[in-house]
Amino acid sequence: MEGVVNVAPEAKNRLTFDLAAQPLRELNRFLHHDLAGTGVTHVDVINPDGTHNIAVGVDAPVRIDVDGHAGYYCAGMNKLAQVNVNGNVGPGVAEGMVSGTVHVKGFASVSAGAAAHGGLLVIEKDASLRCGISMKGIDIVVGGSVGDFSAFMAQAGRLVICGDAGDALGDSLYEAVIYVRGKVASFGADAHEEPMSDADFAAVEELLARARIKHDPKQFRRVASKRELYHWNADADQEY
Amino acid sequence: MNTTIEAKHRIQREESAGYDHKIIDYIHRASATGLYEIRGLGAKRKVPHFDDLVFLGASMSRYPLEGYREKCVTRTVLGTRYAKKPVELAIPITIAGMSFGSLSANVKEALGRAASDTGTSTTTGDGGMTPEERQSSKTLVYQCLPSRYGFNPDDVRKADAIEMVIGQGAKPGGGGMLLGQKINPRVASMRVLPEGVDQRSACRHPDWTGPDDLAIKIKELREITDWEIPIYVKIGATRTFHDVKLAVHSGADVIVLDGMQGGTAATQSVFIEHVGIPTLGALRQAVDALEDLNMKDEVQLIVSGGIRTGADVAKALAMGADAVSIGQGMLVALGCNSDTYIQNGAHHSAAEGYEKIGTAAGFCHHCHTGLCPVGVTTQDRELEQRLDPEVGARRARNYLRTLNMELTTIARACGKQNVHHLEREDLVALSVEAAAMARVPLAGTDWTPGANGDL
Repeated sequence: MEGVVNVAPEAKNRLTFDLAAQPLRELNRFLHHDLAGTGVTHVDVINPDGTHNIAVGVDAPVRIDVDGHAGYYCAGMNKLAQVNVNGNVGPGVAEGMVSGTVHVKGFASVSAGAAAHGGLLVIEKDASLRCGISMKGIDIVVGGSVGDFSAFMAQAGRLVICGDAGDALGDSLYEAVIYVRGKVASFGADAHEEPMSDADFAAVEELLARARIKHDPKQFRRVASKRELYHWNADADQEY
Repeated sequence: MNTTIEAKHRIQREESAGYDHKIIDYIHRASATGLYEIRGLGAKRKVPHFDDLVFLGASMSRYPLEGYREKCVTRTVLGTRYAKKPVELAIPITIAGMSFGSLSANVKEALGRAASDTGTSTTTGDGGMTPEERQSSKTLVYQCLPSRYGFNPDDVRKADAIEMVIGQGAKPGGGGMLLGQKINPRVASMRVLPEGVDQRSACRHPDWTGPDDLAIKIKELREITDWEIPIYVKIGATRTFHDVKLAVHSGADVIVLDGMQGGTAATQSVFIEHVGIPTLGALRQAVDALEDLNMKDEVQLIVSGGIRTGADVAKALAMGADAVSIGQGMLVALGCNSDTYIQNGAHHSAAEGYEKIGTAAGFCHHCHTGLCPVGVTTQDRELEQRLDPEVGARRARNYLRTLNMELTTIARACGKQNVHHLEREDLVALSVEAAAMARVPLAGTDWTPGANGDL
């Protein structure tokens, strides 16, 4: 139980790590190795102060509350854990996530949810460039707007944008689907708007409910791949 | 009279240097198709290489070792800078990253077995880790590529080292490519792609840009793996001196340098032939960078791109590499470009298979088609049977052993009890170009082009 402070007697299953006093290594080591068997189900991280790599590589159904801003790769490659950030996050939040939930109260920097396989990422405010880049099955809900090149080369999963999207939305999309409520500055190569089906409205409703963000699903439009770049084509005029 | 006619005849058929048959064929093909040529393997053009160097050997002033009896150490340790568990190999010859998808599962298994039997490592590729290769490989390096196909935390935790791939020698600045005919259901599901899609992998990493970001990304991987395993950084040879310094700054334990002769499963031929620099010149730049930072023994260097023989291995080590990595040579060992394939203990002609794709044994570079006549670079259910993993493992093992024996032969001849004691001072060059790139003297002279400011 090295590195454990502030164990409230009324909550034996809850631990606090103070990153102003303890190195990050202690937190991550605890989450990887010592968590199992302690009965701890809830970890508080205080004074994160923009520390990079908070709670990366967790593989356990634990709740982790980060009280403040996190740096790069917060909750990277997460499995099973429910990570809440009461602040903003740096680049690559929840990159490579497989399962679990990452919920950011504030803004996210570039590459949120990059190449992630599954789970749910919620960003209540705006996300910067390349949100959902190379996503491979994750669901992402952004309460605000997203920057340019969001869902670039996105392969699978769903990206819900409650605000506006920047330039080149969905460039080189594969099978991932984007739902956008506001304006789209421009579509990227091979991305276009498609009509919403009942299944699409249901999907948006379900994702908004899970994200605890309120909007009318009827206000969203569907963006998906034209699938015109799936195969080499001599007439495609090098649009690759 | 006859001579005049013959002379006229020859003049009328004079080939142009600028528009020779090769260029005319190229323009005709381009104008017929409107698309660049895609092919496999590496640069075909002649470039200064290890062939242009020779060892001086022991004589009056150096004392050789007996060829068979005296000990010559080949043990190689990689990742001593930060990793709690560095990679320990019996030989300094590793198997390069090649993807499941470009290669069949049988081939990945064969390479894994051969590596385990010879005490070396093998490497995944742009497509993730297969259970076959994890099971068969004692030491497996797991690549983290821009596409992140098949890159997941479970396999990160199973890896013995992680290789962050910035680029590869065949196409520095380009991403992977796998044409639809090789995206069968298993390959597609590992990469989360639609079956049969002509796949173009990303050329930039999705979640970091530049060396300062990379430093944080590498720390993330170290945190995930609890600082236990080494993190390699692989670069294609371009601005090697600076790239190596930046990789060291980013926190790499090991640098993998891939020169332009390095292979690929599918890339535009213009990319293969015209982007990147030869392995020889790049290797010298990499060693200079490490020496400049005084990191020569702290950060290890693996070199790849055209390592084919034991002599190549010895020269790379003498130039300052800690180990080499081999891709194409391993495939040739398995039967790439062979007249025959081995099935049920007998050789069978592969001639028809080569004909079908318009080539012949010795010239084939059609890895991209997935129709490999010897069952190496294919996902076709029938063709992949042409490479029995057991036969492949034996051939790959024999090849690695031969290289290692040749390496120790040279090391002993130079009087070294350890192959890592080979040094630049043991080498001279046969051409001015090689002398300039490797910065060793032209054989029989004391002239090293560029040394002491001499141009």
